[in-house]
Formats: sequence, C-alpha cells, structure tokens
Amino acid sequence: MIDFLNAHGSELITKTWEQLYISALALILGVIVAIPLGILLTRFPKTAKVVIGIASMLQTVPSLALLALMIPLFGIGKFPAIVALFIYSLLPILRNTYIGMEDVDPVLKDSAKGMGMTTMQSIIQVEIPMATPVIMAGVRLSAVYVIAWATLASYIGAGGLGDLIFNGLNLFQPDLIIGGTIPVTILALLVDYLLGKLEKRLTPISERS
Amino acid sequence: MTEEQPILVFKDVEKVYRGGNVAVEHVNLTIHKGDFVCLIGTSGSGKTTTMRMINRMLEPTGGEILYNGADIHKANPVELRRHIGYVIQNIGLMPHMTIYENITLVPKLLKWPEEKRREKAEELIKLVELPEDFLDRYPSELSGGQQQRIGVIRALAANQDLILMDEPFGALDPITRESLQELVKNLQEKLGKTVVFVTHDMDEALKLATQIVVMDGGHMIQNATPEELLRHPANQFVENLIGEDRLIQARADVTTVAQIMLKNPVSITPGRSLGDAIRLMRKRRVDTLLVTDDDGYLKGFIDIESLDNNYKRATSVSDIMNTRIFSVVSDTLLRDTVDRILKRGLKYVPVVNHQGQLQGIVTRAALVDMVYDTIWGDSDDETSEHHPDDAAIKENSNAAMAEKLTNPVGTKATDPDTSNDKEV
Repeated sequence: MIDFLNAHGSELITKTWEQLYISALALILGVIVAIPLGILLTRFPKTAKVVIGIASMLQTVPSLALLALMIPLFGIGKFPAIVALFIYSLLPILRNTYIGMEDVDPVLKDSAKGMGMTTMQSIIQVEIPMATPVIMAGVRLSAVYVIAWATLASYIGAGGLGDLIFNGLNLFQPDLIIGGTIPVTILALLVDYLLGKLEKRLTPISERS
Repeated sequence: MTEEQPILVFKDVEKVYRGGNVAVEHVNLTIHKGDFVCLIGTSGSGKTTTMRMINRMLEPTGGEILYNGADIHKANPVELRRHIGYVIQNIGLMPHMTIYENITLVPKLLKWPEEKRREKAEELIKLVELPEDFLDRYPSELSGGQQQRIGVIRALAANQDLILMDEPFGALDPITRESLQELVKNLQEKLGKTVVFVTHDMDEALKLATQIVVMDGGHMIQNATPEELLRHPANQFVENLIGEDRLIQARADVTTVAQIMLKNPVSITPGRSLGDAIRLMRKRRVDTLLVTDDDGYLKGFIDIESLDNNYKRATSVSDIMNTRIFSVVSDTLLRDTVDRILKRGLKYVPVVNHQGQLQGIVTRAALVDMVYDTIWGDSDDETSEHHPDDAAIKENSNAAMAEKLTNPVGTKATDPDTSNDKEV
C-alpha cells in the first residue's frame, strides 16, 4: 500500500484531478443544457416525448462505442470525452427535470397564475423550488454515472484514473487496477454526498423530509 | 355615474371549447360594488368557468366582460389578476414560502416596499385573529382552517376590490367552514369588497350571498336575492337544488303567522257569566280565555287568576276582562313576530285579521316546531307534520292542537307573575 503510494502517489493525484475535471465539465454542461430544456419541454408536451425519446436512445448507445464515435468528430483527448459524457449526463437530468416540473401541484400553478405571476415568475418562484428535490436527484444520478464512465475516457486519450486501470490491465498489475478503481469509487461517493448536501440546501425548508 | 357604475358586467358571454363543447353561453350578469354574488350549480354547470373568465384564467369565446367599465380583454391579464383577489378550493398557499411571504406575494409582485408589506401582513393577520408569530411559519405547520384564513387574506393583501372565490371551503370540516363563512362575510361587509363566490352548497350560498346566480348546463337559470330564490324558485331544477328541506326550513323566513297558528282558540263573549267561563276553561283544559264579541272581534282575555280573585264581586266576563292584549295580524311574517313573542315571554299570542277579528293563536309550542324545523330541517316525518302546508298535519291536527293548547296555557296557572307579560 505504502509502496504503491510511493510509486504512483503523484500520478494518482494528477489522474484523480483529471477524472474530476472531465466529469465536472461534462456534468456542468449537462445541467446547463438539460434543466432549461426540461423546463421548456413542460410547455410543449408533444415535443417533450420526442426529445426525451431521443435522449433515451442516446443513453442506450454503449459508452465505449459513443466514445469511439467521438474520435472522427472531435479527434482524441479531453474534448471528445467531455462531449460524450455530457451526452450521457443529459437523460437523467432532463427526465427528472421534466417529471419534477410536471409533478408540481397544478393547484400551485393555478394559484400563482391567478395571483398575477408571469409565466417566468411562476417557474422561478414556484415551480423550480417545488421541483428541486426531483431535479437534484437526476443531477446526482448523472454525476455518479459520469464519474464512473469517465474512466473509459482514457481509451480515447482523455487521461484520468482510467489510465491507471488500463495500464494495470495491459501490464497485468492488479495493484494498478485496484489503485485506479478505488479512487473512482471514492470520488463518485464523495460527489454524490456533496451534491446531497447541496440538494438539501436548495430544497425549500418546508419541503425537506 | 362613477358611483353607479357596476364593478363587473357580463354581456352575452360565452365559452365554447374546440369541438363545440359549450361550457357557458348567454351569460348576462351585472355585479355592483359591495355585492356578494354566489354562482351555484352542479358540476359542469359552468359556474367555475364563468368565474375564471373574470380574471382571464379562461378567455371567453364570445361577448364581453367589463371590469369597472373597461373591457378586460383589452387589459394585460397579469396586471388584471394582480388587482383581483383569487381564492381557490385547495387553498393554494405556496408550501415553500412562509405565511408572511404568502400573504405579501401579490404586493411583492406589485413592488411594494418591504416596510409597507410587513405592515399589511401584520394588519391582515390580526384581522383573521391569528397570532403574529404565524407569519414566520410555513403553511404545513397550520391547520386546514388556518391555512384557508391565510388564503383569504392573501386575496386582500393588495387592496383588491373584487375577490373571486372558487369553492374555497369545500374541503373543510363543517365547523371550520362555518367560522370561515362568517369571517368572509364579516370581512366583505366591513371592507366593502365585492365577492364572486362559486359553490355547490346551497346553505353556503343562502348564508353568504346578496345575489345568487343559479347555473345549469352552461346557462344562467335564475339570478335573484336569496329571499326571492326561496320564495319563487324559477323552475323545478332550482327547487331541487334548494332542496325540499331547505324550502321548508326557509319558510321560517316567509311563513306568515296564519300558516302556523292554531285555528280554534278557546274564546268566550263578554256577556257570558263567570260560571260559564270557568266551566269552559275546565272543559277545554285551559287557564285563559280570549274574549270576542258576537262578530268575532277580539276584545281582551280573562285568566284563571282574575277569575278566582273576582268571582264573588263580578258576574260577567266583561267585568274582569283584561283589554290590554297583545295580538298579531295574521298575514305578518312569522320571522317578524317570533322575536316579539319570545321576548315578551308570552305563552301564546292571539292572531287577528286586519279587521280585528280573532283568527287563531300562535303558541310557543308552534314556535318550537318552527325553530326545530329550521335547525333540524332534514329530520324525521314528525317535524314536517308541523308544517301547515303538509298534508300530514290535517290528519293529526286535532290531537296536536289539543296538546298545544293546553300545554303552554296550562302551565300558566302555576306562574301568576307572568300574567303581566301579556299586557301591552
């Protein structure tokens, strides 16, 4: 253990950072695109079905294949990896945002409108706060997926902890495989925990369970 | 003109959904400032649709609605709604906002300064008799009744003149509902607000409204004051909606004295001797006799007490007759009479026609029946028997009458102090 850390300690830190960096960028992009899109879709129920269908379809593409498909488009490196992971992060966030917004009690929407809120005011002041727990659940799910799948990104030269694991596989060094896997797991759990804290903070006091 | 201008006018308003489904049509309605209008009808009658067109939650497909003389179709719907209070059945308080934030939601949208909002919230929460520290709580910490109180004052917070209420108390238990009805009625009267209130509960409508609009199948069936509605239901549908029980109950309001009086009072003419009088009393088991002349004109009364005191000195009924007698005219409304009878503590009151001829008496027992009907109007056959229009009474009238006559009057003998009560 100590030997392993002595030998690969600095590499471990860099690779973990890369992993985090790739995942975080993909997730942030996912949040920026999927949440507004999900909210928008609640106003166009017919389009919503189509869009969510497409997102589900993308989800079914094997992750390795999706990464490989990025190469002809964006070459190799971090950028295509981030794009591929971003596509993966979309569905859970999009679907949860849509469901969360749809599930807001129609009475509250009616009440907000009837009191003279504009559509935007109703969305920001009423619907999003009410939908926050569901939306955040989607974000957390996406985060865990993205961090885990970012390991594969090393295959197209994006770096990250996948490098350690694939090296271990190629060189038949189990300690490298384990040394790469454990930080991925810890990272995923840690991010999920922190997002859980964030979720709690964003959820209106009255809605916390 | 401005004073007279109705706050709300519907001109041949209709709402037809795509596919030709008619929600409402030919709605013509004028609502004046300070009116409390109840829209009542069964589900699908168009009452809610009619209401929701006022603040443009729904757009009419024909006709026009004038709010303070201006066509609402030309107004900005968001601005319009901020000036019309809105209370809905499921309360619709924002669960993620404190009571304070909920109350001041519309003032905030109108960009009132914080200070003014706080002041308003404190003023309003006092108005509904809730403690001020509720302002910092969340709706889920309040009971349903308390929540709807907040719902009501939220609709007043921006000084709205017109308030729309869509079955606001439908989900509350009867006791809470009643107290909220009183609250709303008081606030409405005190603050001079105009209320449009949708309900399917006729009791509620009768209790609150100054104007009731009965709707069915998208049409206005009747537009009348509660009294008119009870007295002259436009058709069978309205009658059914009001319900037989309520029509009976409501007769307390429209019943005349003649309808509940007992028609064969025990009377005697002034010329008869006291011996005749006491024999008659004994025979009919009563302790007072009304005195009428040969043509039936009411002259006074004699009771057992004066008869006993004066038996030796006087000979005829006219000698001891008490002429200071309180009577009511047969076609006066009972509700105007009940109070007088009850307040005077009279055991019974003679009823006369306009010429002064004795027609009958109203006993306290008959009033008991009336009050009983009003309170327990939906109860057993026995209560409806007492209603004069009811055929059943004819069957039992003799027995019932005998009991009513002797009972209240009979107790008189043991209670000499009350004899003065009868005098005017």
